[in-house]
Amino acid sequence: MRNAFVAELVECARRDPRLVLLTADLGWNVLDAFAREFPDRFLNVGVAEQNMAGIATGLALAGKRPFMYSIATFATMRCFEQLRNGPALHHLPVCVVGVGGGYAYGNLGPSHFALEDLAVMRSLGGLRVVAPADPLQTRTVVRAVNSQDGPVYLRLGKGGNPEVPGLAGRFVWDTPEVVREGGDLLILATGAVTVEALAAAERLALKGIQAEVAVLAHLPPQPTDSLTGLLRAHRGVLSVEEGVLTGGLGALVAQAISQADLSCRLEMAGVRGPLAGAVGSREHMLARQGLDADSLADLALGLPRRKGYVTRLEAKA
Amino acid sequence: MRNQNPNHPAPAGLDRLGRLKNLAQAMRRGVLDRAYAAGIGHIGSALSVVDILAVLWGSVLRDAGSTKSTRDRFVLCKGHAALALYAAMRHTGRMDQSTFETYCREGTHLGVHPEPSLEGIDVGTGSLGQGLSVACGLACGLRMERSPARCYALLSDAECNEGQVWEAAQFAAHHRLHNLTALIDANGTQAMGRTEQVLDLGSLAKKWEAFGWHAVEANGHDHGALLEALEAPGDGRPRMIVAHTVLGKGVSYMEDRVAWHYQSMTAEQYTRALLDLDCDNREAAA
Repeated sequence: MRNAFVAELVECARRDPRLVLLTADLGWNVLDAFAREFPDRFLNVGVAEQNMAGIATGLALAGKRPFMYSIATFATMRCFEQLRNGPALHHLPVCVVGVGGGYAYGNLGPSHFALEDLAVMRSLGGLRVVAPADPLQTRTVVRAVNSQDGPVYLRLGKGGNPEVPGLAGRFVWDTPEVVREGGDLLILATGAVTVEALAAAERLALKGIQAEVAVLAHLPPQPTDSLTGLLRAHRGVLSVEEGVLTGGLGALVAQAISQADLSCRLEMAGVRGPLAGAVGSREHMLARQGLDADSLADLALGLPRRKGYVTRLEAKA
Repeated sequence: MRNQNPNHPAPAGLDRLGRLKNLAQAMRRGVLDRAYAAGIGHIGSALSVVDILAVLWGSVLRDAGSTKSTRDRFVLCKGHAALALYAAMRHTGRMDQSTFETYCREGTHLGVHPEPSLEGIDVGTGSLGQGLSVACGLACGLRMERSPARCYALLSDAECNEGQVWEAAQFAAHHRLHNLTALIDANGTQAMGRTEQVLDLGSLAKKWEAFGWHAVEANGHDHGALLEALEAPGDGRPRMIVAHTVLGKGVSYMEDRVAWHYQSMTAEQYTRALLDLDCDNREAAA
């Protein structure tokens, strides 16, 4: 995903001389393509995220379009107030790029888990939060980011994220993209964990349950019509996010259901456990949090019974 | 000369300094009037930087507060002294009196800290430690554009408690931001006490010099000394002027009193403050 980001950024930079890339000394062997081609538009500010956020603000005020890159925790939480008082307050085209969203850096331990980034960044008025599901969608998102004039938080996975079948790079602001159709329930996912959601739907299909799967890469501050419309068409929804449940995708869906008085029942999958504890690979961490395909399938399977409604399959039987 | 403001031609030293003295006096009066009308504090901090801002806005910044892309940029890192900035804008013709009088009224764009919705404010500030980084970004961006504009930033001494200031200090020196000039309003006081008692800063000039800046010290109430420091030829390094000042300068009972960081004036105190200013005027005229 991060390689797709850099490849697309290079493309954008060829067309747009205002584009600059900042890093707080992260991205070794990742950002090189950009740095080689645009040495005058690449700045490694050193290990100083707060300063990077300020510099990005100043550059944008001087007419540039800065992308500031770091590991997702550092890019958002270390400099949260600087982003609030800078790009958000001044409404500037600064794109904060957080690599390693969720448990991407599983083995590196809790300091590197980006679990709260989506929630905290969603709280910034006027800043768009986007978590693409795969490399191809990342490329579309980067182009979309560079075609608008406000601040953005772009949450990426790491290297080696697979493509989500059926997504084909589609992305429109505010809009969920359906990648698998089904009438029994909706699984709505954001970010790189979408592939687990899709795999869960395939497991459900083996049991005769047809789950619709949609990707909501852009998490708007308020429910949008397209999200509400999608939820209205379903009796149950499982939200899936690689992060805390406070203020992320699940919270957004809950708000949508509540505000529009929808009958759609909600189950949220996300990170519930404490930050401290044993660590392992991303796969290990996802399984521990119930975010792997098997756990998600189990959660979806029990949704109708727990929430007291009848699936189409049960109605037929 | 590079730094001369076309809006404020100043052929002879005395004329220029005389004009700046008048400007600073008018600004002090403006600060007191508005602070009293609004019943708001931070008077000491505003009076502390009046002379620095008079020199910058009255004689150094080119097209400050305009929308020209070649304007010099100014970042008031110590946002709590914004009243003095508004007074500078008011008395250099960048703000009308009726706007100035909305200071801290309901629905105003002139709050205690400057916000970017106010015409002429490039950077909204108020959270200490963040402004210099933005100034670095501005200087960097202007240099990329090969703009002749400079960027100026005014910090407080206690603001240097913030770690981010030193991140910015390293960045500016490493990238040799020759178009960046920062000043520190070194009044030796902060919200809850004297700086050397709260968190001793030692020699600020030595610290900035050690961080790779061209650092000089000046009397922050001496317009001639400030002009000299601001207009001296550069050597490629970013410039730091540690301006030694007195909190509440110009009002005898406020001078160097920590309480006037926050305190607001009673009617009697306001009258006494105006008398102090008049005394200064008479002394100047004598």
